Amino acid sequence: MDLRVEPGHASWAEREAVDGVLGTVPAWADGGERTAGDGRMVEGGHAARERRHLLLPVLHALQDRVGWISPGGLGYACARLPVPPAEAFGVASFYALFATVPRPATVVHVCDDVACRCRGAEALCQELTLRVGPPLDEHEEGASPGPAATGWVRSPCLGRCEQGSAVLVQRAGDPGVSGRAASHAPAPLDQVLALLAGGAGSAPAGRAVVPQAAAAPRDPGLRLLRRVGLADPASLDSYRAHGGYQALRRALALGPRGVIRELHESRLLGRGGAAFPTAAKWEAVAQNPVQPHLVVCNADESEPGTFKDRVVMEADPFQVVEALTVMGYACGAPRGYLYVRGEYPEAEARVTAAVAAARSRGLLGNGILGSSFGFEIEVRRGAGAYIAGEETALFRSIEGGRAEPRNKPPFPAESGLFGRPTAINNVETLGCVLEVLTIGGAAFAAIGTEASTGTRLFCVSGCVERPGLYEFAFGVTLGEVIRSAGGVEGGRPLRAVLLGGVAGTFVGPEALDVPLTFEGVRAIGASLGSGVVLVLDDTVDGLDLVRRIARFFRDESCGQCVPCRVGTVRQEEALARLAAGRPLGSAADETGRLDDLAQAMRDASICGLGQTAALAVQSAARMGLFASPPPGPP
Amino acid sequence: MTASFVAPPRRLVTGTIDGRPVTVPEGTTVLQACRQQGIDTPTLCYLETLTPVNACRVCVVEVEGSRALVPACSRAVEPGMAVQTDSERVRTSRRLVLELLGSSVDLSLCAPEVRRWLVRYRADTERFGPAQAPEAARDAARPGHHGPAETGGAETCAQPVKDDNEDYVRDYSRCILCYKCVEACGTDAQNTFAIAVAGRGFGARISTEFAVPLPDSACVYCGNCIQVCPTGALMFRSEHVMRGDGRWAPERQTVTTTICSYCGVGCNLELHVQDNSIVKVTSPLDHDVTRGNLCVKGRFGFQFVQNRRREG
Repeated sequence: MDLRVEPGHASWAEREAVDGVLGTVPAWADGGERTAGDGRMVEGGHAARERRHLLLPVLHALQDRVGWISPGGLGYACARLPVPPAEAFGVASFYALFATVPRPATVVHVCDDVACRCRGAEALCQELTLRVGPPLDEHEEGASPGPAATGWVRSPCLGRCEQGSAVLVQRAGDPGVSGRAASHAPAPLDQVLALLAGGAGSAPAGRAVVPQAAAAPRDPGLRLLRRVGLADPASLDSYRAHGGYQALRRALALGPRGVIRELHESRLLGRGGAAFPTAAKWEAVAQNPVQPHLVVCNADESEPGTFKDRVVMEADPFQVVEALTVMGYACGAPRGYLYVRGEYPEAEARVTAAVAAARSRGLLGNGILGSSFGFEIEVRRGAGAYIAGEETALFRSIEGGRAEPRNKPPFPAESGLFGRPTAINNVETLGCVLEVLTIGGAAFAAIGTEASTGTRLFCVSGCVERPGLYEFAFGVTLGEVIRSAGGVEGGRPLRAVLLGGVAGTFVGPEALDVPLTFEGVRAIGASLGSGVVLVLDDTVDGLDLVRRIARFFRDESCGQCVPCRVGTVRQEEALARLAAGRPLGSAADETGRLDDLAQAMRDASICGLGQTAALAVQSAARMGLFASPPPGPP
Repeated sequence: MTASFVAPPRRLVTGTIDGRPVTVPEGTTVLQACRQQGIDTPTLCYLETLTPVNACRVCVVEVEGSRALVPACSRAVEPGMAVQTDSERVRTSRRLVLELLGSSVDLSLCAPEVRRWLVRYRADTERFGPAQAPEAARDAARPGHHGPAETGGAETCAQPVKDDNEDYVRDYSRCILCYKCVEACGTDAQNTFAIAVAGRGFGARISTEFAVPLPDSACVYCGNCIQVCPTGALMFRSEHVMRGDGRWAPERQTVTTTICSYCGVGCNLELHVQDNSIVKVTSPLDHDVTRGNLCVKGRFGFQFVQNRRREG
């Protein structure tokens, strides 16, 4: 590799940020500053190249310190890793939380996605435009936003839908002086203005942080959410006092094959959307002769309307640590990665602290609980990319690349992270695994229905009285879920429900009796997806919502394959023409065009993003959600 | 003494393509099997000498039992696999891929077979409305953000030609993002890594770091990216200038294969000559030594041939 890098222009702060991740080795041989006298090339070598996977942590360090990835900072990072600058720029420019042009040190990301939209996010954005100017990315080209120390941008879903409308504040600066990032929800105009003025803002007393099913008295049926709100998320002792680490103890008693046998008996299906049997996945990895195996917890929850994994990580972080440890044990993996969404700074801080606490108490490391099993967990932070939730894209992101998914086969059990046999599950599935071990596979299989066993988390948001995270045994109907959330807000008529997230489908009031099981929703051509139940009353502008979804997919497409890269653009344009009342040809022509795009995206895209990018649009069209404009505010 | 390398024997697998049984060695891709059968399968991002990235999706075929279509270029034939290469679903997806590309980039300098496929799949590249140049500079696209959706037509990748060095120009309004140039610049051939894919979604683009001009990048001007570019987005500067002047006349060109005179490697050169002047240099993909790759001297160092005022 013939690197041309210019590390000379990095500022002192940038060097310190990069060295903070990679360690201080300022010798020329490791990419440090060279003097004219040494006359040598930067040498990388095998050991240095193996650090490529640290590119994202290094870019985060630069972004957090100086507010953007400058040519000098990137050059220094490239010299130290070593990575070709063009490739590193390709990575930095892929993620929405990294800036490759100068930007104010404080940037407020204002969620204007589907759930917050039902909570007045669009009006908030309009008001912000009037009061403090347009979002940073809508400034005239070339015109810098000036010396302002703050700015705002629109953001896709920030995963605080039950509290919305939400904002995320990204603050750059010296470590210890200013916080890295923080979420605020609900964030009314005053709060956002205070944040933009540089203040910390004070969270107004809003709804309870995590309203749950039957908040008082507490529902004894809660399993995955058993400790949420009861156990102290910062205390390992509190976690153990509430039943923590019993599952791992039982796993060690059962042995790896015993764990997988219990999982087989439980008939647990993955909660990430594909509903793949967890036991089969783990078994495939455990039996793979290639060593070492790896396990990954996918906590890159980015599906708009979804916040369940965030709640679990914030309120019960040790659960994730214990479950990943069990997974490593069953799959024969010495190492696990926990990839947390970049927009979840609080959750990341909690799980990082939980990992450290577990390590200090011998629950990670060598000889866990007196066994011969050793395991380590590394927490990785995403940087703003929905597509990184796709498993192969997530691997590439951990490896230090652009989060571009690849074709399967080969499946992760054969070739996953770093080309190793890898098992990957999301936070909710791992929570179910703990439950399986706690009560036994057969008892778990007795919960729910024959084909959908156990309990499921539902993220209820939108126009309901009590938005929140609800846990139900499979078999509960859509109507029951909405009723337990207090029904439609203000007793208004229900117009539609977005089921499963923006990669899911809209269903109408006629679906209220449908049992929310894998098989039940499949029968009506829908999917549970990530458990999103976004309730829309008769005041919601259907076409506006669908256009936001189309915008989301265009923004989040990785850009690799043609059907998704260009198809999502054409889909958004067709909807914009319909909204403007200027269809190309007749409205039927536009529908035909949308249908064709939907078919090609579903059939020919590389990954699930493109394959589902037209589902919600298509179902909305079928339901006539485009047609009737809202009757106006009540 | 000559040594010949004998590959370990490969198991044969049998599947069907369009109902006809096909037996190929294990590891053979569906595309290779189709080509053996004489089935014309369109490809854009595929090239024999590069790792398949299966990004263009124009080669998709229908495999029985598979929910989505699969890319023929990178999926190996499996025992019992039943492949359809001309079903309704396949034709629709191929047509849409061509229409989507045609509506966003300038395909006019593509190879003749691309025009043939456009006709064969009845691709109507105008169906998404008149082409609309993007409002913001493509190099300034921010990941996860874009301006208001176009209502007057189809947003394109139109942008000025990047003409920043003496050897070749980059006209990314013709770029279909097939990744071939990135692969040729990277581990598949040159290992220079001067360019990579930057940005994401419709804002994805081939770029140097911070879009610096090529002379400020790691580019070594081997021109292997030009060799693999299927759309004319990367072009010899000589060709670009002659096209601009209206002097480019392929019908008056001859191609002479010769061996590069610079060093002892023995790379094959194909000299494209028009009006007794070399106008561009390519290299045959199937040549053992070069596999289509050259260095800056073989690719661009031909002016001395035409220097008729050499003394003595």
